[in-house]
Amino acid sequence: MASNKFIVGLWDHEEVYLHAVEHIRHEGIEIYDSLTPFPVHGLDEALGLKETRLHSAGFLFGATGTTLALTFMSWVMTTNYPLDFGGKPYWPLPSFIPITFEMTVLFSAWGMTLTYLVRNKLWPGRVPRIFDTRTTDDRLALIFDAEKLSESQISNIKAMCKSQGAIDVKDKVFTENEA
Amino acid sequence: MHAYESEFREPLINGLDKNYTKITDDLVAPTERMSAMWLISTLLTGAGALFFVFCLGWTVWFGIGTWGLNKTIGWAWDITNFVWWIGIGHAGTLISAILLLFRQRYRTGINRAAEAMTIFAVICAGMFPVFHMGRVWDAPFIFPIPNTRGPVWPNFNSPLLWDVFAISTYFSVSLLFWYSGLLPDFATIRDRSKGKFRKWIYNIAAFGWTGSAKQWQRFESLSLVLAALSTPLVLSVHTIVSFDFATSVIPGWHTTIFPPYFVAGAIFSGFAMVETLMLIVRKLFNLEDYITINHIESMNKIIVLTGSIVGIAYLTELFMAWYSGYLYEQFAFYNRILGKYLWAYALMMSCNVLSPQLYWFKSMRRNIYVTFILSIFVNIGMWFERFVIIVTSLADDYLPSSWAYFSPTWVDIGIYTGSISVFLFLFLLFSRFFPTIAIAEVKSIFRTSSEVAKAERAKKEGAAHGGFMGFQHVGPLDKDAKN
Repeated sequence: MASNKFIVGLWDHEEVYLHAVEHIRHEGIEIYDSLTPFPVHGLDEALGLKETRLHSAGFLFGATGTTLALTFMSWVMTTNYPLDFGGKPYWPLPSFIPITFEMTVLFSAWGMTLTYLVRNKLWPGRVPRIFDTRTTDDRLALIFDAEKLSESQISNIKAMCKSQGAIDVKDKVFTENEA
Repeated sequence: MHAYESEFREPLINGLDKNYTKITDDLVAPTERMSAMWLISTLLTGAGALFFVFCLGWTVWFGIGTWGLNKTIGWAWDITNFVWWIGIGHAGTLISAILLLFRQRYRTGINRAAEAMTIFAVICAGMFPVFHMGRVWDAPFIFPIPNTRGPVWPNFNSPLLWDVFAISTYFSVSLLFWYSGLLPDFATIRDRSKGKFRKWIYNIAAFGWTGSAKQWQRFESLSLVLAALSTPLVLSVHTIVSFDFATSVIPGWHTTIFPPYFVAGAIFSGFAMVETLMLIVRKLFNLEDYITINHIESMNKIIVLTGSIVGIAYLTELFMAWYSGYLYEQFAFYNRILGKYLWAYALMMSCNVLSPQLYWFKSMRRNIYVTFILSIFVNIGMWFERFVIIVTSLADDYLPSSWAYFSPTWVDIGIYTGSISVFLFLFLLFSRFFPTIAIAEVKSIFRTSSEVAKAERAKKEGAAHGGFMGFQHVGPLDKDAKN
């Protein structure tokens, strides 16, 4: 079951925040998530995130486009409806290149973007859990799952955030489960 | 931690009062209030857009005969407008993709508007070939869709078909690039909106973005790969547009220099249009601190570079015509320069090749009025470039008895000016309801390239080196020191 009880620590300075993440992880405290208004360089490594495989997906989609375009044009021009264009070859590979390239890009871009939306759970009208409305404005947040933590562990985390330069630390309890 | 930034570089975010909060406030502000200026210009361009629709309706109802085309000149304003709009559409992807790959930080101030401009310009461009077909209802058959006519497929050897694929791919990939970048900024607007309806709308637009570490990681991967895909794509699109001409056997069109020449021209005209729009936007929405003179100067450097490449291409064409020893080619170029379209050629040369040379002077590159006027000149010059290439090559063909002169009809003029209205109308709507500057991206360069960050570093350095390094911010820092 998903948690509904969290601790939210808020920072307002990129470098202080990044240092805090490294320190807190070093202390062995598990970070549930981080929310930032802009991409913070080095945060992936600091949080120990695995590298995304999105670009591999992009390659596979692109290769699908290449194959599809080449086989389709070859089939049309040689098998389905071969036409004589002024005595030119029935299978003119060089003139297939532009369309093959465009289809590669098209498949790769669409496939990758749709994968991205699905993996990130992004779709029109989705109502996300908002831990703090300022995390898309001027605050960098760290979220800790407090569902299974004892009172002393919670106060320990709060003190740790404060000592690492957090400008605010608060509890956040959701009443409904996440969609 | 950050990429190294020379303190000699000018800041990209001006103002010592800036912080993340202020950036959000400044950049979201245009979507939160409506000016009378905006309303009037939107209504005016909206009326122009309606006239565009009317002229297209007229064309469909009465046929292509309502245009000024004749037996000799079968392509004129329509294809000129098409290539012109496609060219303008090139700067957006260039700025977002190529400048991203080259890690040019100045792109953050201008990429969003340039991408929007790309999309609107490609919409305008697409109209011309589609309506030039005459029987618009047959337009779907340009795509290889299964049919009961044989089945008959399009000719995969034809550059016109390659164009269909290139432009539709370009449009849809630009759309993805643009919208995926917009999600975080829509979330910013969503989280600060007060009204219920406003929150609901922006919640739909933001797709439920929160800005978690994993989302940002995938976001960066996506934008990097999309940039890497768009870079060859943007070059391929105008290359293929140039194939429409280069693979024909018309003297004046049949030249191998066309692909690089068209690509340079496209970037040239695209940057000019970005400047025209950005100079208006920064004034209208008080964004001078984010679209700085530094940004404008960077764009002007690209204008002088690409303008000169285009100039060299014009001269190379002339040389090759002479050097080829081919009578018809020589005639086509002689006729282009000194024939009945001399005025158009002179206009093209002075706007595209001569006027940008002013940008060799730093004071000109950094002058807003000069930039605005020159950007308009370049837009005009690039329209005439396409007109010169298309019309002068066709007007005097192999058979003197069919030589002709092109005069536009009111429908030609209406469709062209109407398409400019459509473009501006869409751009005005965009600038009112969408964040015109990429908020998250501007924040991501705040710690490296803003005046505030530079002042902080200078202060630190200054303390360590006896104040020497703080020269760039002598004014504010001195005051600070006294306090």
